[in-house]
Amino acid sequence: MYRLIGMVIAVAVLSSGVMAQTQTPEQKGMDIAREADRRGEGFGDFEASMKMVLSSRRGDRSERELRVRTLEGKKGEGDKSLTIFDTPADVRGTALLSWSHADRDDDQWLYLPALKRVKTIASRSQSGAFMGSEFAFEDMRAQEVDKYTYKYLRDEPCGDLTCFVFERYPQDKYSGYTRQVVWMDQAEYRVHKIDYYDRKQSLLKTLSATDHQQYLERFWQPGRMEMVNHQTGKTTELLWSDYRFNTGLGESDFTQNSLMRAR
Amino acid sequence: MGFRLATVGTALLACSMPVTAWEWRGEAGLEGRYFTAGPGAADYWHNGSAYLQGQLLHEWNDRRDLFTFTPFYRIDENDDQRTHGDIRELMWIHVADQWESRIGIGKVFWGVTEGRHLVDIINQTDAVEQQDMESKLGQPMINLSVVRDWGTLDFYLLPGFRERTYGGVDGRPSLPLPVESDAARYASSAEDKRIDGAVRWQQMFGSLQIALSHFSGTGREPLLFVNLFEFQFEPYYPVIEQSGMELQYLLGGWLFKAEAIRRSGNRFERAMHAADVGFEFTQPGVFGSGLDLGWIAEYLWEDRDERFVSPFASDVLVGNRLTFNDIASTELLWGLIWDPDSGDRIYTLESSRRFGSQWRATLEGQFYSRIDASPGVPSPLSVFADEDMIQLEVIRYF
Repeated sequence: MYRLIGMVIAVAVLSSGVMAQTQTPEQKGMDIAREADRRGEGFGDFEASMKMVLSSRRGDRSERELRVRTLEGKKGEGDKSLTIFDTPADVRGTALLSWSHADRDDDQWLYLPALKRVKTIASRSQSGAFMGSEFAFEDMRAQEVDKYTYKYLRDEPCGDLTCFVFERYPQDKYSGYTRQVVWMDQAEYRVHKIDYYDRKQSLLKTLSATDHQQYLERFWQPGRMEMVNHQTGKTTELLWSDYRFNTGLGESDFTQNSLMRAR
Repeated sequence: MGFRLATVGTALLACSMPVTAWEWRGEAGLEGRYFTAGPGAADYWHNGSAYLQGQLLHEWNDRRDLFTFTPFYRIDENDDQRTHGDIRELMWIHVADQWESRIGIGKVFWGVTEGRHLVDIINQTDAVEQQDMESKLGQPMINLSVVRDWGTLDFYLLPGFRERTYGGVDGRPSLPLPVESDAARYASSAEDKRIDGAVRWQQMFGSLQIALSHFSGTGREPLLFVNLFEFQFEPYYPVIEQSGMELQYLLGGWLFKAEAIRRSGNRFERAMHAADVGFEFTQPGVFGSGLDLGWIAEYLWEDRDERFVSPFASDVLVGNRLTFNDIASTELLWGLIWDPDSGDRIYTLESSRRFGSQWRATLEGQFYSRIDASPGVPSPLSVFADEDMIQLEVIRYF
């Protein structure tokens, strides 16, 4: 069985090698993104905890803790996710529900526990900062393949591995970026680094993803993500823990009702 | 085989996860108000107040059952009516695949607009709390929520009516006469024991969100009758039928909003209609920074013309929300409600930021302009004419 899979991959790699002769860099970039997406498919659902460490240029630090629950979209639908804030204490119980869509803007709702009010987030705010961090809303959401066009640049060593280096261009006119340069390893299609270029084409931020771990013998998730803003000197670190897959989440855990009882 | 093992492993892991224990949370707030227009009839310039709110939480049965208990108590320096307690929540929530039940005391918010919360009717307003009237009293309820493809349908059975709270004669603002709750009268012969009912359907059609609701029961907004013998106001609570509609449409950075109601059944008035229509537009990253600037504009309309009954016959709300997206989560919101006919203007300012990880401070201001307080021109806002104030509140979370 394993050998069979090995052969299939070998054939796929071989054929992609042959293909490369005739492929345009745009096609190759798209193929890499599709393959990475395919490898992430089938996770079903997961829950994880995250600690966010915000640092200013002067070295002021602030921490936030939150929990994330994600449900994989069925065919043709995007993923749904629920984010619950635990600290700082004044935002405790605040929760964010996102339904991602490949073909249109994501739906996002924020629940304010003091008012018991669910507020719709205008989608253009997606380039805004997530919780005052260096991550924008659009960096946090599910990265649907069709939300970008691509261009393969080169292969480059990254650590002990070899990385594809490709550019992707957001198709959403409200995105805060003109392009992103992605370093993705060829062994497991994991993102190691992304450079973000702003609307003025200057380098805005760099994301470094490290401490990747494999779950269910298939899915790779980074344990640590660091975003450095080159223009402000601020950094945000995301430390992921307690990843649990197939916890039995269903559609009813991702409705506006579920927002109101998120704890 | 390997797969099955992995599945069993995950299942074991899930089982060995600690069952969420009982959890206590709480917050305490200290509030100071300074009345900028003078000491007024109550004869003081400033007022101190403090509140304590606890929250007991418990989840069991794999988050299918939840229990919440939220007691609240406030003490006020000058107003003995503002010194009060309430059970904000005492609720058991049970979740099934396609429905959810909520039984106990709780709070429900309906609505989309910022200027007025017309449709929102389940809870009584805790009017002594803040002048923005956003604080609510806990309402006993049995709520069944059905979630299907055709939308979310909520049924409410509301046993036990809560009377509106009013500031005392020493409160600011205060009415010219005290409101005597014990003398409250009801259109219903069951008085405050009447069981009210409500239903609301909500659905999304792409970027359009729509909700229709109906409430049948004792109205939350009383009429105040003057008792000249006792020298007091006596609230009268009519039985009403209120139908409501909420619309919200999302287009790029624009959020278009509308709320409308029709209320009937009050034998002292004819059927009343009211609406609040407007938009919120958010500009992310203004001034080349991480600041989000929101623009809010709404038109408030109502067909109850008598100025004493409603101050919002035909008003305009404009405002800005500035979100700094900084580590302290600094926010700034200002608004103006303007009545082009009377010239009445209400300015509000709200700003807040966090200090450390457990403190938050809010600075608020309410200013009333051009409101005629002379006895001959009764305006519902006249009680606010000299109640301009600045409020600083510091909240500690634990």
